[in-house]
Amino acid sequence: MSHVRRPAPKELQPTSFAFTPENLEKANKIIAKYPEGRQQSAVMPLLDLAQRQTEGNWVPTVAMDYIADMLEMPAIRVYEVATFYTMYNLAPVGKNFIQVCTTTPCWLRGSGDVVDTCKKELGIDVGETTEDGQFTMIEVECLGACVNAPMMQINDDYYEDLTADTTKAILDALKKGEKPKAGPQSGRKGCEPIDGPKVLKAFCGCGAAPQDADASEGDA
Amino acid sequence: MQAKGTPDMLQDKDRIFTNLYGFQDFGLKGAQSRGNWDGTKALIEKGRDWIIDEMKSSGMRGRGGAGFPTGLKWSFMPKESDGRPSYLVVNADEGEPGTCKDREIMRNDPHTLIEGCLLASFAMNAHAAYIYIRGEFYHEASNLQIAIDQAYEAGLVGKNACGSGWDFDIYLHLGAGAYICGEETALIESLEGKKGQPRLKPPFPANAGLYGCPTTVNNVESIAAVPTILRRGGSWFSSFGRENNHGTKLFAISGHVEKPCTVEEAMSIPLKELIEKHCGGVRGGWDNLLAVIPGGSSVPLMPKDVCDDVLMDFDGLREVGSGLGTAAVIVMDKSTDIVYAIARLSEFYKHESCGQCTPCREGTGWMMRMMTRMVRGEATLDEIDLLWDVTKQVEGHTICALGDAAAWPIQGLIRHFRPEMERRIKEYRARIAA
Repeated sequence: MSHVRRPAPKELQPTSFAFTPENLEKANKIIAKYPEGRQQSAVMPLLDLAQRQTEGNWVPTVAMDYIADMLEMPAIRVYEVATFYTMYNLAPVGKNFIQVCTTTPCWLRGSGDVVDTCKKELGIDVGETTEDGQFTMIEVECLGACVNAPMMQINDDYYEDLTADTTKAILDALKKGEKPKAGPQSGRKGCEPIDGPKVLKAFCGCGAAPQDADASEGDA
Repeated sequence: MQAKGTPDMLQDKDRIFTNLYGFQDFGLKGAQSRGNWDGTKALIEKGRDWIIDEMKSSGMRGRGGAGFPTGLKWSFMPKESDGRPSYLVVNADEGEPGTCKDREIMRNDPHTLIEGCLLASFAMNAHAAYIYIRGEFYHEASNLQIAIDQAYEAGLVGKNACGSGWDFDIYLHLGAGAYICGEETALIESLEGKKGQPRLKPPFPANAGLYGCPTTVNNVESIAAVPTILRRGGSWFSSFGRENNHGTKLFAISGHVEKPCTVEEAMSIPLKELIEKHCGGVRGGWDNLLAVIPGGSSVPLMPKDVCDDVLMDFDGLREVGSGLGTAAVIVMDKSTDIVYAIARLSEFYKHESCGQCTPCREGTGWMMRMMTRMVRGEATLDEIDLLWDVTKQVEGHTICALGDAAAWPIQGLIRHFRPEMERRIKEYRARIAA
């Protein structure tokens, strides 16, 4: 798992970068969140913005230099941040960036099946990208949705309560260019028990009126 | 001390996070219908000392894992400014394996957190709060930002917040995938735009934290519970749970239970009751239980016989050599390869070590490699002792607690499942001898 994170080789690196006017406005708003003289605090959100703007969902070195100039900080400090935090992709990834959680709580619920299904359906191994550039799949550490395990993140969306079948269905939909519904694939809404809320029923549209809290007792 | 609230379940009227499951509107209207932002101005008018005293009397201990008394922590902040501003920083970098409770607050009940930030910041003389949320929580951050914007628009935060005369700004800051930033000083470093490497303490953040200014870092759940505690009184909150372990608490139960879920319950609830009442029991029945990690991956596991009657609170779990941590309960039934389950955690800590301290940087890799061999039994019996010894060399010898967190799961494994480790080694040795 141990890996050294380094920028992509020169041949992949573009030679210029600048925020679009729209993103420049966003960037200035972000910088304004921090006290005067503390604009370095904006380095992480700006790297994220640069990644979202770049074709291939990654941060080229020129973008790091651009951000260093913008925040008046040494380029090496930006490189440090970009290589330290794993959400910054240092090389292009597929259009659908699949991150399967395989940490213990997900593993207990079958994350192995999710990984195997991705491998089989996409014809790639962990860390690889499909030839058409549509999918990249990696294993990641705990994504904090453990009661909805196993789960994977695709771009900004969490897909939870997965099985081999639902994983395949999601991948099939993505291959067709559709956007499958994010969240639990099991039919539940969130982190309540699979057969419906056992408590807070009045607040979940399956019991007394919300205001009438006294009437809603937990059942045994 | 008898645990109150048992054997009956906590009642809904005593639950703080009533939209935990997200069936209602997370926005301002929904929040107000659930009682949020009710009389906030009057709470502020009662004054700083009243708020801190009420938090002290509530018995709230920090919900992020360490369990430090929240009111006491607040009282460390300077009462008078020496010219430097004070800050509240909310730790929403939820990443401890098993833990997914703050996520539900931020996406379903974000106004509890925002109102809590205002009250806590006022109590600590802070005009600004930063919420540091893990970058993967894109939709949670989005809901939270919508709620913040609503609060600004309604005049609940911003200049003259709630008409109290107190100016208060609240900002969201997204992380980018580093577990270590859940450590408070690493989080501050990250917020300053640097690598998330923990700082040596002292100075503590209350003296020199964010930008070198007095700072308090609190967990999401701790802060989000504040408005309800102040409205209902510290004595209401302290009526739940045993002495020194008061309040209600979000428990996230994952792994081998019939129905994994997150639920708010009274502190000191027996583990067995928590699992059987809320999660439909252990898969295959209670007797099919092998072990439970009761407080997120960093705390040592407990074998079944300990689980039978242990109470879910700080002291109860410490007494049995584990900890409440984040109250993330990871359940493992008898089908579990327990050595692999822990080895996978060793891989996690190896991946998340920031690399600053040698014992952790080198130790987590060494422990992971050794654990990988232990899964297959490719070791000698005395290497179990060696592994134990190395965990003791890492524990307590690093700037932050990640070294401890990497060591404890392995220590728990050796303490309770040594025969299983020995069995694998003996079988392996018999195989290669044949």
